[in-house]
Amino acid sequence: MSTISRDEVAHLAKLARLAVTEDELDLFAGQLDVILDAVAKVSEVATDDVPPTSHAVPLTNVFREDEVRPGLTQEQALSGAPAAEEGRFRVPRILGEEQ
Amino acid sequence: MTAATLLPYDEVLARFDPVLGLEVHVELNTKTKMFCGCVNEFGGEPNTHVCPTCLGLPGSLPVVNGKGVESAIRIGLALNCQIAEWCRFARKNYFYPDMPKNFQTSQYDEPIAFDGYLDVMLDDGEVFRVGIERAHMEEDTGKSLHVGGATGRIHGAEHSLLDYNRAGVPLIEIVTKPIEGAGERAPEVARAYVTALRELMLALGVSDVRMDQGSMRCDANVSLRPKGQQEFGTRTETKNVNSLRSVERAVRYEMQRQAAVLADGGTIVQETRHFQEADGSTSPGRPKETSEDYRYFPEPDLVPIAPSREWVEELRKTLPEPPWKRRKRIQEEWQLTDEELRDLFNTGAVDLVAATVDAGAPVAEARSWWVQFLTQQANAREVELAELAITPKQVARVIELIAEGKLTNKLARQVVEAVLDGEGGPDEVIEARGLQVVSDDSALLAAVDEALAAQPDVVEKIRGGKVQAAGAIVGAVMKATRGQADAKRVRELVLERCK
Amino acid sequence: MTDVIRMTAAEVAAKIHAGELSAVEVTQAHLDRIAKVDDQIKAFLHVDAEGALETARKVDADIAAGKAPASPLAGVPLALKDVLTTEGVPTTCGSKTLEGWIPPYDSTVRRRLREADVVVLGKTNMDEFAMGSSTENSAFGPTHNPWDTTRVPGGSGGGSSASLAAFEAPLAIGTDTGGSIRQPAAVTGTVGVKPTYGSVSRYGLVAFSSSLDQAGPCARTVLDAALLHEIIAGHDPLDSTSINQPVPPVVEAAKQGMSGDLSGVRVGVVTEFQGEGYQPGVLRSFEAAVQQLRDLGAEIVEVSCPNFRYALPAYYLINPSECSSNLARFDAMRYGLRVGDDGTRSAEEVMSLSREAGFGAEVKRRIMIGTYALSAGYYDAYYGSAQKVRTLIIRDFEAAYQQVDVLVSPTTPTTAFKIGERIDDPMAMYVADLCTIPANLAGNAALSVPSGLSDDDGLPVGLQVMAPALADDRMYRVAAAYEQARDAAAGRTVLDQIPEL
Repeated sequence: MSTISRDEVAHLAKLARLAVTEDELDLFAGQLDVILDAVAKVSEVATDDVPPTSHAVPLTNVFREDEVRPGLTQEQALSGAPAAEEGRFRVPRILGEEQ
Repeated sequence: MTAATLLPYDEVLARFDPVLGLEVHVELNTKTKMFCGCVNEFGGEPNTHVCPTCLGLPGSLPVVNGKGVESAIRIGLALNCQIAEWCRFARKNYFYPDMPKNFQTSQYDEPIAFDGYLDVMLDDGEVFRVGIERAHMEEDTGKSLHVGGATGRIHGAEHSLLDYNRAGVPLIEIVTKPIEGAGERAPEVARAYVTALRELMLALGVSDVRMDQGSMRCDANVSLRPKGQQEFGTRTETKNVNSLRSVERAVRYEMQRQAAVLADGGTIVQETRHFQEADGSTSPGRPKETSEDYRYFPEPDLVPIAPSREWVEELRKTLPEPPWKRRKRIQEEWQLTDEELRDLFNTGAVDLVAATVDAGAPVAEARSWWVQFLTQQANAREVELAELAITPKQVARVIELIAEGKLTNKLARQVVEAVLDGEGGPDEVIEARGLQVVSDDSALLAAVDEALAAQPDVVEKIRGGKVQAAGAIVGAVMKATRGQADAKRVRELVLERCK
Repeated sequence: MTDVIRMTAAEVAAKIHAGELSAVEVTQAHLDRIAKVDDQIKAFLHVDAEGALETARKVDADIAAGKAPASPLAGVPLALKDVLTTEGVPTTCGSKTLEGWIPPYDSTVRRRLREADVVVLGKTNMDEFAMGSSTENSAFGPTHNPWDTTRVPGGSGGGSSASLAAFEAPLAIGTDTGGSIRQPAAVTGTVGVKPTYGSVSRYGLVAFSSSLDQAGPCARTVLDAALLHEIIAGHDPLDSTSINQPVPPVVEAAKQGMSGDLSGVRVGVVTEFQGEGYQPGVLRSFEAAVQQLRDLGAEIVEVSCPNFRYALPAYYLINPSECSSNLARFDAMRYGLRVGDDGTRSAEEVMSLSREAGFGAEVKRRIMIGTYALSAGYYDAYYGSAQKVRTLIIRDFEAAYQQVDVLVSPTTPTTAFKIGERIDDPMAMYVADLCTIPANLAGNAALSVPSGLSDDDGLPVGLQVMAPALADDRMYRVAAAYEQARDAAAGRTVLDQIPEL
């Protein structure tokens, strides 16, 4: 049974910002199909009456005081930047729009 | 860009019912950011209010600012919302360079506050109830500067520069339920709602709500449906409408634009549009290649929030009077016209006036000082009215001194300016500068006689019945006493001498 | 000097603190060992000789000045998995995308090690972003198993486990998302502990799957692991999921276990983790270990955890989902590899090209699976269902711990496999984590202690001991008792049998 098509893999790669090659698409399509088939097994026992668990340890209300904590200097902040200019991160032109 | 065709407003209303949805983002004025201890301050040298967490460095983790949650709950309560007994943060996943982690920590199907309303007062005093769908917590993004290209805007830019000082600043997103039935007043309702929300935030003290600085931002959803139709029409979302007036203009524009499209047999494209401040129009954004799927899931790095009912009730006690109610009460108590009331609120003087009145000053004087002279001073000094270096008590004292005849209005203004300059309280300034009003007759008479002697022609005129000529003598006396004389008394003395 | 590198951490510490050995000579001996054998093993991605010697000198100076050591492990060398940030020292996570990245901040684990004067020798190799069970997914080449250098040292923390087995360090730090501490420990004949989720701070641990990741101690003995456990564990206000409760007394528990008595301890054997798919030598080693526990006085009970067979599929939905989001930040904008920025391409294009170039195949696979599992139309069937399975597994554990104090199973179904053997078959690779995953999903404590060598291939086998959350001390007690009985019966330790490199 095929769960996922090559086109879907291409779409996923796009969503995930991965410029995958044609060869990779062929490889991943097959592999993802096998993996997704195997993991789909979870639905066998995931019935409506079972509540989901998002956190392993049941903590709630972990808050921080509203107090300033020293952060990074501008130099430290930019230390790993592929490119920087005027104290800012320099990036290629942005096409999309803010959400 | 060619302007869109607009249908005349009357015609829009004859054929369609507008439905609005307003999404307002409010930046909280907490000392620190939502998930890290970086200072939450507007501006600053780029990338200096940052740490591993708000820069999204590998390995960094968020911790919730308790004050941010408290503010969110108070906002929720003030909006008459239910407060969730248990809720989580969720990750909203999408790629954008100003978002350091490429997901926004937000809330999805478990907002901290939901199902409320806000009553807003329209210009004629009518109260309109706006339903609140939800208010949830999230974080702001960084800022991008687009370099190169003709306009300096995003289109045509050669590259961009990113500053993450704003990344992680606490935001509350407040979403209305569909606003129906406003009819022709829809644009006004939109403005009144945002205005009321702004006042509410100020009264709660949770945000600076400076639309010009982006600490309050509004997105307006507008759709039209033909009269009599139940289902909603296709909506557009106009982004970042950044002044109260723009909210009204944007809604009105979209109503007219959409109506023209529909009347022409066209269909509305569901899209994001941008408001153009210059001509009040909206323009389409870049079409989305694929429908948005933010792949929300519960934020595993943050634990759930379960506000105890005791805490919620305690916070409820800290709520201010609802703005529209307060407005109504103040208008009645202080007997203000609508215009006076609007000035009072627009200048942000209402609390200061109230405190001045509490300190013993009459309403009219207190209002006049704050709304006029002090507002001018604040503008000239480029500070908020409340940041002026004078207390309501000091203003009340100045008003008292005028009433007692110890200061003239002119002298009083000098005193107040000196107080603002940090020369001390009103009494200290008067003492130090020797700014007492001279009303002692013997001291005044000498000055009056001197002035009369210097201008015999004027004395003749007065004696000849031209009483208004006395002004020249009064002016000379005032000049001689450097304005410290009681002008009314001077006039009396002049007329007496010329009998 | 070979003696020094073969000592346990506790022994080395005692000698340093007593002034019998200097921390500098101990550190130098390990640096020499690394220089000698790491070409064959490739456990380290970066050796910080100067930093290590500086700490050692400080320890020696303190001792000379008559100051008390900063911790019971002051002066003892340690190998740190390259997934924990180290200020001023490169942190790559085994990924090309972070090659050369020098973090401007320390992880809490590193800070605690520093405060304890533990000597950090360097950063160890790992599967890229901790995704894998063999260390073959490292962008910088695989680590080799010191027992047989044609075989894998396990993963993702293969560099840490191999450094212990190769006597390059007596202590190491690993991280365990689905077994990345325990499975490498099992296949290298070393001890690896995944503490209760929330007991060791994740601040500065580069996230793979946030709700599962947990750093923990790796060593050659249970007591050494316990000593390290107490240094790195404890509440951290910088990690919201950190538990604000005292660290269980694991050193005391290990010492208690070493007294050789487990009477009154109820040990549950997990029914689901035996039989088909397990290497016969592994099962025989496991059975012998269970017998040894019985001989120590433990009560052995067979316990069924029926939902454990859904743990693997649930895990391979939850971890890709969280990873797809966690790894989104590697976008070539603020740090990390940037390719294709030729002045014409947009940020979006440069992002996609950089991520394509910076990530290996396994990382890409998981990102895509996670992207799929979280998508609107599939969320309920995949991610949502996996979270329900998580609930069922927690319930299975709760029911089991009503009956027993600890649970045991083989750590991994087979001994170390050959390098290259499973690299093209993701599902075959995933099965290595079969037995270790349930403890991660439930957030419980679990460890692996060597149970000798498999009689069919002569390679090490691991015994997994699992305990309820915050009852880490229980498993230390059982493992320490077992370890001592095992060595006493064999007349030597497991690592005594490792071939010379």
